[in-house]
Amino acid sequence: MTSPETESAVIIDEPDTSFVEMIKRTGGPNVQNCFQCGTCSGSCPAGARTNYLVRLIIRKALLGLKEEVISAPELWYCTTCYTCQDRCPQEVNPTDVIKAIRNIAVAEGYMLDNHRKTAAKVVDAGHAVPLDKDTWRKLRESVGLEPVPPNASGNPWAIEEIRKITRKSGFDSLIGYEEMRRAAEEKARQKAKKG
Amino acid sequence: MISRMARPKFYHFLGCIIPHRYPSIERAARLVFEDLGVELLDMVGATCCPAPGVFGSFDRVTWASIAARNLTIAEAGGHPITTGCNGCFASLWDANHELHVDEELRKRVNENLAEIGREFKGTIEVTHYVDVLVNTVGLDEVRRHVVRPLEGVRMALHPGCHWMRPRALKKKDNSERPRIFRELCETSGAEYVPYKDELICCGAGGAVRTADLKVSLDFTKQKFESIEEAGGADIIVTPCPFCELQLDLGQVEIQKNFGVEFTYDVLHVMELLALAFGHEPGEFGLKTHLQYLQRKSEPRWERLGVKA
Ligand code: SF4
Ligand code: SF4
Repeated sequence: MTSPETESAVIIDEPDTSFVEMIKRTGGPNVQNCFQCGTCSGSCPAGARTNYLVRLIIRKALLGLKEEVISAPELWYCTTCYTCQDRCPQEVNPTDVIKAIRNIAVAEGYMLDNHRKTAAKVVDAGHAVPLDKDTWRKLRESVGLEPVPPNASGNPWAIEEIRKITRKSGFDSLIGYEEMRRAAEEKARQKAKKG
Repeated sequence: MISRMARPKFYHFLGCIIPHRYPSIERAARLVFEDLGVELLDMVGATCCPAPGVFGSFDRVTWASIAARNLTIAEAGGHPITTGCNGCFASLWDANHELHVDEELRKRVNENLAEIGREFKGTIEVTHYVDVLVNTVGLDEVRRHVVRPLEGVRMALHPGCHWMRPRALKKKDNSERPRIFRELCETSGAEYVPYKDELICCGAGGAVRTADLKVSLDFTKQKFESIEEAGGADIIVTPCPFCELQLDLGQVEIQKNFGVEFTYDVLHVMELLALAFGHEPGEFGLKTHLQYLQRKSEPRWERLGVKA
């Protein structure tokens, strides 16, 4: 996953501050403290192996280059290890800033398919890693535990509560949950027809 | 005369990976806490924490609402939460914290929770197993239960990120030179092996494992290479099941993707302590780790110094 090479210089007459304001409201209130020392990128294990540069992303954000920042696939290489956050001398909280920018990216429709699917699992099963096969229940029994743990896996009412939350918060439509569900049902129908 | 303390009670937050993929950790934790006289209470109907780097990256308000719903289950019973996962700990701890300091967030979360007749009140504390062992039980008491010291076993550590970071907020350990997790693991009698990249992330977090498996495994591979440079180790110990999955199953995936073979036994700290407390590996199913199931292999018993 890489961004295309920038073909021509981005001309910035006057920085657009609306993106910075959005980031501040979405969990990155200190973003403007950044003085570009580079400690974050120098500490970053994601930057050491990919084209993800946390300092550059923050600088672009400060210049208001919103579209360029939120559409860049490398935005999703940060593992949220917080090493930069622990070392930043300006308390920018770069990890929080990256998470805020990701929130904005998702709100504007930039979300990887795999991430949509993981999100849908929580809405479907109450768990991002669900107890979705007999193998897993047997694995539990083989170590001396009850086959189904006391979490949402055995309690449909809990999943119903999650659905009510995600409907109310707008998360369902954010990840396109209904479309995904309908597509899965259609696929199952086709399969049944063939089978 | 023995003074009797009330048996400490914690709501046991399981999350997803421990109960659904690495149940040996759940079983080992139950054995160890039972030995130590710590009572674990079920959190009936708890869900995904939800994963902080994943859900927190998608939509902060929904992330905080689902986390807060989990917190309300413990609030109703009035006991603190404990969890054996760095990710679950981060989600629940961070949400608890943010809902205390951010009134706007709390308002929006409680609007969502009102739909299901719940309210976040902020009345309980969130802990990790490590906190319970170190602060509630105490290392001396842990040491007192060690009947099978793992002498001669060379142990590399992977403390992971989210128990101790961000340092300024969590205020647990010095994240540049942590010692608490090491001191806990050393009670087992195993010998600590330092390596250069001990503090680097396993690579799984922040939705990277889902986004790009190969990039996430490249982090993991670097850690193994760093352990080899330090002369190798018999086991790798971590306080997190997601790190454990990445380091354990990750070895199979690294072999597939990069053609390099590593064969480390990866243990959660609770599995390490269960062995040191004298439990047999079969009592908690050590050999059910996904690495062994996929490779049709077994733990390297001779290196562990225990028999199947
Ligand atoms: S470490 Fe902090 S101040 Fe320095 S470049 Fe990164 S975010 Fe900016
Ligand atoms: S939190 Fe993200 S940006 Fe910061 S050092 Fe870790 S991977 Fe890099």
